[in-house]
Amino acid sequence: MADAANGGLTVSIEDTTGQGVTITQSGQQGAFGGELLTINFGPHHPSTHGVLRLIVDLDGEKVKRVKPVIGYLHTGIEKQMEALRWQQGVVCTDRHDYLSPPINNLAYALAVERLMGVEVPPRAQALRVIMSELTRLSSHLVWLGTSGIELGAMSVLMYCFRERDTIMDMNEEISGFRMHTSYIRPGGVMADATPRFFDLLAKFLREMPGHIDEYEDLLTMNPIWRARTIGIGRLAPEVAKVVGASGPMIRGSGIAWDLRKVMPYSGYENYDFEVATNDGCDCYARYLVRIQEMRESVKILAQAVDRLPDGPVNVDDRKMLPPPREELETSMEAVIHHFKLFTEGYSVPPGDVYVAVESGRGENGCYISSDGTHKPRRVKFRSASFVNLQALERMALDHMVADLVAIIGTADTVLGDVDR
Amino acid sequence: MGLEDLVDSLGQNVLTTTVGKVIGWGRGNSVWPAQFGLACCAIEMISTATAGVDIARFGSEAMRASPRQADLMIVSGRVSQKMAPILRTIYDQMPEPKWVISMGACASTGGVFNNYALLQGVDKVVPVDVYIPGCPPRPEDLLNALMILQERIKAQGIVTR
Repeated sequence: MADAANGGLTVSIEDTTGQGVTITQSGQQGAFGGELLTINFGPHHPSTHGVLRLIVDLDGEKVKRVKPVIGYLHTGIEKQMEALRWQQGVVCTDRHDYLSPPINNLAYALAVERLMGVEVPPRAQALRVIMSELTRLSSHLVWLGTSGIELGAMSVLMYCFRERDTIMDMNEEISGFRMHTSYIRPGGVMADATPRFFDLLAKFLREMPGHIDEYEDLLTMNPIWRARTIGIGRLAPEVAKVVGASGPMIRGSGIAWDLRKVMPYSGYENYDFEVATNDGCDCYARYLVRIQEMRESVKILAQAVDRLPDGPVNVDDRKMLPPPREELETSMEAVIHHFKLFTEGYSVPPGDVYVAVESGRGENGCYISSDGTHKPRRVKFRSASFVNLQALERMALDHMVADLVAIIGTADTVLGDVDR
Repeated sequence: MGLEDLVDSLGQNVLTTTVGKVIGWGRGNSVWPAQFGLACCAIEMISTATAGVDIARFGSEAMRASPRQADLMIVSGRVSQKMAPILRTIYDQMPEPKWVISMGACASTGGVFNNYALLQGVDKVVPVDVYIPGCPPRPEDLLNALMILQERIKAQGIVTR
């Protein structure tokens, strides 16, 4: 495969064994007369954010070519969902982008609801926004902590995971589970939030702005952090558009593209927040964007708690959601509905639908094709990580191999999201 | 009790033990895991290493980037068919004696994903010492598994498998 971008370097990759990849290379000369060196980076390298494998061509220490090899975490989630009923599919959505489960739930739930023509009550919408923003915060916290570790700032992780743990406590309070909540479901949410959840949330909202200042104290003016990120991993706005980058990747290149603003869902149009952008186009700009997004998330959360409407948290549709427990003892109809729902499930009208939401990583889309039965015909996720990974080579070109670690970190790929 | 106090209380006495017990005690309290994350469980594994739960209390905070320096492999997440040979390579690179914790439902049995892509349990490629249920397990569950493993290592003494 000839690649004009790096002077006709020929790398042919053939899968000979079905398990490994054999690399042959032409005797391409580097700048100092030496041959390009091909190294293997991953898939169990500690800095690759999971099981990403990169085949990197180096001229001395300069990166000349990066080829991601993905699929080491291929789980068959999309195929699995074809074998599960509509309400069971939520479980799989939790597990593809495992740093933002409720946002994945939301994309799937919105898609199913659009096919069924269902509108969830306002309280459910607000609870969905609360969970989405908490998830965005926890996802950015994991990103910040692990990126810090990779560039040598070991202590940031401890601070970030302290706040992440409070978010996990809230997840546990509202849904009974720390990470994979399955809280947002087609037709509403799992259950109403408890008073203790709102106590925890109020305390969190009081403390979080101070904690974000703390992270900034550690990093924003830190000379090592700045030296490792400023001017590293430049992604020009036009390139970002061409590769289809989204989320902090495109906002770090100065383009204010945020689905919460441009295609609002779940009542995001009612909240007052800014789209964080930065014109720096480098790793540092994307860091600033994510920090700013965390502040905006706290703002949205405060508004959502303030204006939380009363009312039901689920649609009143016995064909879609199970009847309340107490009805089962008095109503034969409720028993029948309950039985039908848990043996056969509900069916969704035939049709295709695509719904996208803004996750911590960017546009997280869910495409569903239904043939009118009680299981999906096809579910496809447009995952932000996969698309953002395409920008990796453009960002890493002509940087040192040590900067590659910073660049992988800034893309914030979750390999479960890439491979699905 | 400081060392001086120990000397005072023991006087001129001599402690006797068996080599096996000392080695078991030493190995059990310094189980170094390989730093090697697969999926969702890896995030909870990181959680275990941070201040809230603090695996350092049990001597296992030294996550080694090189399998050559590791005693314990925590299989944290689902193992795909493509990843399985690599996982086995890492296991083979670890020096004896070595132990494996299978963290979470996917690593133990394939979990919810009973399909073409996933290994239905990591025990098909490496021998597992402790299985942890949960999807993903809480950090405390991982600590519990480590404590179970430590007891076993201490009982095992000098014998290697």
